[in-house]
This record gives sequence, structure tokens and C-alpha cells, in this order.
Amino acid sequence: MNGVPLGWEVVIGLETHAQLSTRSKIFSGSPIAFGAAPNTQANAVDLALPGTLPVMNLAAVEKAIRFGLAIGAEIAPRSVFARKNYFYPDLPKGYQISQFELPVVIGGTIPIVVNGIEKTVQLTRAHLEEDAGKSLHEGLDSHGVSGIDLNRAGTPLLEIVTEPVMHSAEEAVAYAKALHSIVTWIGICDGNMQEGSFRCDANVSVRRQGDSKLGTRAEIKNVNSFRFLERAIQYEVRRQIELIEDGGKVVQETRLYDAGRDETRSMRSKEDAMDYRYFPDPDLLPLVMTQVQIDAVKATMPELQPAMAARFVREYGLSPNIAHALTQSKAFADYFVDCVAAGGEPKLVSNWMTGELAALLNKQGFDIRQSHLAPSQLAQVVIALQNGSINAKGAKELLHAICEKQGLAQDLSIDALIKQMGLEQVSDSGLIKKIIDEVLAGNQKSVDEFKSGKEKAFHSLVGQVMKASKGRANPAQVNEILKTKLNEAGAS
Amino acid sequence: MTLAELSLAQLRTELDRKKISAVELAEYFLARAESRTDLNAFLHLDRTLTLAQARDADIQIAHRNYSATVNALTGIPIAHKDIFVTRDWRTTAGSRMLENYVSPFDATVVEKLKVAGMVCLGKLNCDEFAMGSSNENSAFGAVKNPWDLHRVPGGSSGGSAAAVAARLTPAATGTDTGGSLRQPAAMCGITAIKPTYGRVSRYGMIAFASSLDQGGPMARSAEDCALLLDAMAGFDTKDSTSIDSAETKVSIWRSFQAESASKTSPMLEFENLRIGVPKEFFSEGLSNDVAAAVRAALTAFEQRGATLVEISLPRTALSIPAYYVIAPAEASSNLARFDGVRYGHRAADYKDLGDMIAKSRAEGFGAEVKRRILVGTYVLSHGYYDAYYRQAQKVRRLIAQDFQDAFKRCDFIMGPVAPTTAWKMGEKSNDPVAMYLEDIFTLGVSLAGLPGMSVPCGFGAGEMPVGLQIIGNYFDEARMLSVAHRYQQVTDWHLRTPEVSA
Repeated sequence: MNGVPLGWEVVIGLETHAQLSTRSKIFSGSPIAFGAAPNTQANAVDLALPGTLPVMNLAAVEKAIRFGLAIGAEIAPRSVFARKNYFYPDLPKGYQISQFELPVVIGGTIPIVVNGIEKTVQLTRAHLEEDAGKSLHEGLDSHGVSGIDLNRAGTPLLEIVTEPVMHSAEEAVAYAKALHSIVTWIGICDGNMQEGSFRCDANVSVRRQGDSKLGTRAEIKNVNSFRFLERAIQYEVRRQIELIEDGGKVVQETRLYDAGRDETRSMRSKEDAMDYRYFPDPDLLPLVMTQVQIDAVKATMPELQPAMAARFVREYGLSPNIAHALTQSKAFADYFVDCVAAGGEPKLVSNWMTGELAALLNKQGFDIRQSHLAPSQLAQVVIALQNGSINAKGAKELLHAICEKQGLAQDLSIDALIKQMGLEQVSDSGLIKKIIDEVLAGNQKSVDEFKSGKEKAFHSLVGQVMKASKGRANPAQVNEILKTKLNEAGAS
Repeated sequence: MTLAELSLAQLRTELDRKKISAVELAEYFLARAESRTDLNAFLHLDRTLTLAQARDADIQIAHRNYSATVNALTGIPIAHKDIFVTRDWRTTAGSRMLENYVSPFDATVVEKLKVAGMVCLGKLNCDEFAMGSSNENSAFGAVKNPWDLHRVPGGSSGGSAAAVAARLTPAATGTDTGGSLRQPAAMCGITAIKPTYGRVSRYGMIAFASSLDQGGPMARSAEDCALLLDAMAGFDTKDSTSIDSAETKVSIWRSFQAESASKTSPMLEFENLRIGVPKEFFSEGLSNDVAAAVRAALTAFEQRGATLVEISLPRTALSIPAYYVIAPAEASSNLARFDGVRYGHRAADYKDLGDMIAKSRAEGFGAEVKRRILVGTYVLSHGYYDAYYRQAQKVRRLIAQDFQDAFKRCDFIMGPVAPTTAWKMGEKSNDPVAMYLEDIFTLGVSLAGLPGMSVPCGFGAGEMPVGLQIIGNYFDEARMLSVAHRYQQVTDWHLRTPEVSA
């Protein structure tokens, strides 16, 4: 099971760095923007110029508390910032401000489901820290020159650490996805893995089944997608088991995942491990959180995904699967709520969102927030469907046209667009009869087949009629009139 | 009386009565500074920059858009310890590492004094990164004591103390981590106050030991210090450890004036004042001449109504090891930013990035700085942290508690600033531990974060000045300055000037 050989047990703990989506850095007023020209988002504090001091960005603290509340953790009444000392050219102060002995978030749990089995992942802690800058060794004008970009230096991170409680790559990925969903749901992280806003490091060890002692672990870094996380862990598990089975020993080390080769490579061993000489940062006061402050944050917490999905089932009679799909992200769920608020019938809205709209977004590579279709527009489309002014085929065309911006005037209402695009459903029975007569006249073979009892021929004729009406005929009416006509023909 | 001998209030009157302009005043002190390069007190002088500020001050005075209380300092010269960053003058911290460094911003203290209208004369020499008790650790040469050019001025604010003592400037800024304002003030016969930790913003003060560093004024009298501290102090959003409380919102200058005015009977000037005299400050190690001068000062207070109370600060001796663990630990981390990557000295030849950082630091830092970085790195290391750093923090808390226990029985604590008067140059420079022991009476105050002053109280052997240390409880600066001021109303030690021997 899970690709782990019989007789072996895998133990995994994850450390995730979630970049907090604050406007400015964690200890300075510099703005945060991905992709800006090097060193344009770094001020005197970020450059660690002599005499500068850090000042806590309370927005980052608020986001850490949101996380703690979302996972049912303890918010430390007093947490302390510490200095993690090491020299690196892209670490301007020569130390990183982090939390060590006293983190802001303690404990908490995240539920996951793997192969239909529910499980709870226990968290150790989550702490606030600043990111380092970036060293650039390539792409510079002169050879042998390294560049430093400090735009990222001082970006707020929440490092979220689990207990070593996961036992397969699948579980680790399920946890990472659940965590990703939570941090984006509560609006503390944009979750963009490509830009490094959400980075997972995996501590992996193996042991023979029944052993009580944990095996020596390796820490895998540089994993920037869920797929790579799964593959990196699988590779590492195989490597460690093979190593032990061949009589070798796993050494405690940091390994980098190379996606191109699908393997992990040793980066530094424990012997090279640095002594970070942590000590409380005397430039920052301990972070003191009162219950009043925590309650104030609590009051601004959104309804969390499980609660919202359950409410959708309860209030709108949706199936649990649909409710789950609607709550795949906060933005998607909000979109649904907005559609319903704009008068869209919940079941129809949910069908269109999880069907046609989801497919379109997928095709466009868009997040729901990037869609050109406003929730109020989808609500109007659903209303038009209900009152018969458009049929399903027309609605599809309309959605495509709006989503793909097919030269439509933005300010037109859905009704006006339906008219402009000529998508109004034809419910004039005289007109439908006329089309049917023409179709029947031109398809004697199908008529004959129907008479000889072939039910399929009927569907073919319906198709012909719909096609002749350019998809605009009311399908229910077409069915009804066609049946009558064929029966009449049969009786004659 | 020459301009050099006038108090800040007297200078104010001269400026307001148009007896002299700010430009003339600046010229006068610049000329004095230029005439005493033998002291090596100033590191950077720039007439153009100074005179431009003085002209601005003259315009303000001419337009009279000021009131006597708000702009009491407009047009009055000051010089800054080179540990405060300035955008106009270079800032070296007395180190090769920052030999040509120019800051893009002014320290909060520098800015506040500039806003108050003060004219900056230049930057003052100090021990490298404020590490030292003799000012012999400056990369740009030792500072000489104006009272005896063969002696040290104390440290680390030695340039500031020497400049004020030689009347090269009416006032200077300094910083105190373990005594760096008080000890050089004592050795040069001037007045200085280290405020309560958190009173004065550390933003732009190049950090030595963040939990101890505190800026303060150095001048010729307590009254002048009160005026200066009032302008320097205040909550700063850029420094998380600066304090924003009811106490820090009260004007130090107005409280000082109120305290000083209320005492009317000169013979019972200090009635109801309880002075704690710590027995540990008068033990072996204190030289007789210093003891005699300090005791005479205590008697002067007693004669004017004060009550002397013997108190105990039982962990006085422990303040030395506690301090010399905590301060180097913080320094080892604070000085990590000087890596030759973004600014400061960078080695000419190196193999790789690691080598570049190592060589740049090896070349850029002096011996004492390296010694403290090594000690600090050691005490924070894995396996030693609990034995040294954590233990030192415990001692620190106990020392603070000892002071609070003492303040239950007295209003102020008084004793010597340093065990001896200024020593001969080179005498202790090869014995760092002997030098560290000189800090015994000032370290406890720093560890506890209390305010402390040095007030001239006589002369010891070789006619070298002796300082009386006054220690107050948190935020009691105004009252403490007033006590010192009233002492200076009945004594003239602070008015003595060294003869120009050069």
C-alpha cells in the first residue's frame, strides 16, 4: 500500500513557509511586490544599514493569529522574536529574525482525507519570521560576479511545523493541500507556489515496522509543487530503504529535490550544520497577545470551508460533493454566494459553476477572480434559463462569449446580450411546427426507421430540428410537437 | 567671561539680544576645535556644513518665529559622537570598517536636535563601536584628556567628554552601554546623564549592545543637560524599545525647572532627600583620592539637609561578568551586518564569498571589537548558552531587583563613577580585564536600565577630576538633574577648566 514496501514504515513531518500577504514587510515599511526590479523594494532597514532597527508589522501578527484560530491552536499570550545568526551575502543583518523558544501559535490540527480515510494531522507550532534576499549568480553582465537582490528580504513568513505523523507521500500531499486551502481561505497567503509564496520542506525517515525508535531523517527542500512534493518523498523513501537494505545508514542531512532528474541530492550534512546561536532579539519587545486582541481577530474570521460546505448542503439542498466543489476556494465560494444573492437559483448556479464555468476557467488557466463573467451575470443567465428566454445551449454560448470576451459591449445586460447574439429561445409553436415539417420532409429514412420501432431515429430527428433552428428551439416543445407529428403520420 | 564659559541659557540670551549671531558662535567654536587637534577629539569637521546650519538658525532667530521654551537651543552648537549616523558628515563609529561611510539618514537624536535648531559642529571620536573605557580603541587614534595630555579621557564617549571639557563645544551627544557617558564625563570633569533605557531613541545609533545602549547629553552643567535631554528624549516609532508612557510624555525641562524652583531655603536645600550610599561602592578597589572627593560631596548634601542611608547592592561585583557576557553576545550579532557586502570595508583579495566576509571583517575590525565578538559568539554557542547567556540574564534581573529594594529606602543612590581618576595612556591597554574592572560602578545601572549621572565633585591625585555618580529610579531624570543642579549651585567643580597646556 502507498508504494511503501512491506515491513517498512515511513514517517514524515512537514515544515511549510507561507508568505503572509501583507502590504509591507514584517519589520520595515517597504512594499512587497513580486517581480519588481532588483533592490527597488528594499529600504535602509532591509539593507541593514548601520543604526536601523526593526519594527513589528502588526498585520503579520494578525495573520498568524488568524491561522492559529483556523486550526484550533493556542495563541501564545507571550511570544518572543529571536535572532538566528549566520553569515550569508543575501542575509543583510547577518541574522534572521525568527521565533525560537516561544512561537506565536502552538499546536492545532488539520483534518485530511486519504483514500476515503479521515485522519488528523497534529501541528507542533507556527512562528513568524522574515525571509532572506536572493543571490544571483547567473545572468549578470560581468563574469564571476554575484548579485544580491534584497526585494524579498524581510518578507513576512509563517513557518508551520507538523509533528512527524504522516506515513506516506499521499498523506503529506493531502496535508499540504489542506493547509494550502486553509491559508488561502482565511486570506493570509496567496498560495502561489511558483512564486514561492507557499514552500514545503519535508522531513522524511523510514524504520522497520514495529521499531519504536524513529529512523534518521533527511530534510528535503526546494519543492515547489504538490506533484514534486509527492515525487520527492517517494524518491527519498525508496532511497533510504534501499540504502538500509544494502547495509548502509541514513545520515542526517538536507537534500535538494531536482525536479528535472526526479531525485534528491545532498546539500549539507549535519557535520556542516551551523550553530545558529539563537538568542532573544533585544531590538523587539516580546509579542504580548491579550484575549481581547485575539477576540477582535476572531470576530473578523470568515466561515471556514467545512462549515460553509455543510451550510450549503443544509440551506440549498446541494449534494455534499457539489458543496465541496463550490468551496474549493474562498473566492469560488464567495462567487457562488454572490450569484445566489443576485437571484440565481442555488442548484442551477452550482451546476453551471462546477460544470461549464469551471471548465472554462480551467481552459483559460484563470482563477475565478480573473473571470470576465461577474456573479450577477451568471445569476441573470440562470434566471433567463428558468423563464425560458434562453435554452441550455444558448446559455453555454453566452458564457463562452462573455468569458472569452468575444467583442461584446461590457455594459449590456444579459437580456440585451441574448438579443444581440440572437440566442433567444424559440417557443413559438407555429414556427417550430414549420421547422419540424421541413425536417420530416427531408428525412423520410429516419421517419421510416422510427415507424419500424427504432427509438434512436427519434433522437436523430430532434437533433436535426435543433440544428435547423440554430439551437434556439425550445427542446421540450420540439419533443412534444415531433412526437405528435410522427404519431399523426403513423396514423395516416 | 568668554563665550566658551557661557551656559546654554546664557548663550540663548546672547543670541536673542543679538550680541552674537549663530554663525559667529559656530565660527568661534569651530576655531577652538581646529586649534586643539592635539586632543584628537573631532573626527570630522566641515565648516561649510556647520555654517549653513548656523545661517539657518540665524534666519529663524531673525524671524523670531520661536518661543523661548520651544526653541531654547536654536543657534547653539553641539557635536555628535561618531556613533550617531548623520547624512551630512561621515559616520565611522571609530572603525576602519566604516572609514568612508555616509548614512542616507540622520539618527533620531541628530534629527531632533536639528529640529530644535542646534548647529552641528561635527563628529566626535570614540572607542570603536563604543567598545572601550579609555578611547584608545578608536581606529583613528586615541583621544587625550584635556586635563593631562598623557592621560586617557575615558570611554567610549571620550571625544565628546574631551571636547566639552576643553570647551571646543558647549555640548555633545554620547552613548552609554556600560558607563560610556558617565565614566568619560567623570574623567574629564564634565556633567553627563544616561537616561532610563527607552527614553532616547536608538534609531540611527550604531548598535553595540541593543538592550543596554542609551544616548544622552554631555555638557558643563546639569541645567544644560536638562535642556538637551528634553530635546533628545521621546518616543520614536522607529525604535520598538523606546517607551511611550505617561512618564515619557512629561517635559523633562519643565519638571526640572519646577523641581529646582521649589527649593527656597539654601541651607536646607536637600531636606527630605534620602541618599542611599551603597557600601559595595566604597570597598577595596576604590582609590583613596576618589573616595575622599565623593565623601566630601556626600557631606555637602548632608550638611544641606539630606539624609545619608547606608544601602547594599550585593551583586555589584557580579555586574562585571553579567555585563561582559550580555554585551558581547549582543555585539557579536549586531556587528554581523558588517560583512563587506553592501557597505563598509571590503577586502581587496578573496577566494570566495565566505572568504570575502571573513577577510573584510578581519581587516576592518580592531582588536577589542574582535575580542568581544569572539566572547559573544562563544557565550551564545550551543552547549554554552545556558551556562553563560541565560545565567547572565538571571543575574541581570537580580541586579535590577537589588536596585528596587534599595529605592524603598532612598530617593537617589550616590557613589563614585569609577574607582580611579583617568589613568595614563597605554597603562591598561594590554590588560583588558583590568580595563573591564574599571566599569564596576557603572555596569549595574546599565543592566538595570536605570538613569545615572556623573557630576564633577572634586579632584584626585594629579589634579584629575572626580565624578559623583547619582543613580535615580526609572524616569526620575528631571528630579535627578535638579538635585545635581542644586549641588552645582553651591559648588564650582563643574566650572573648573583645564589649563591649555599645549
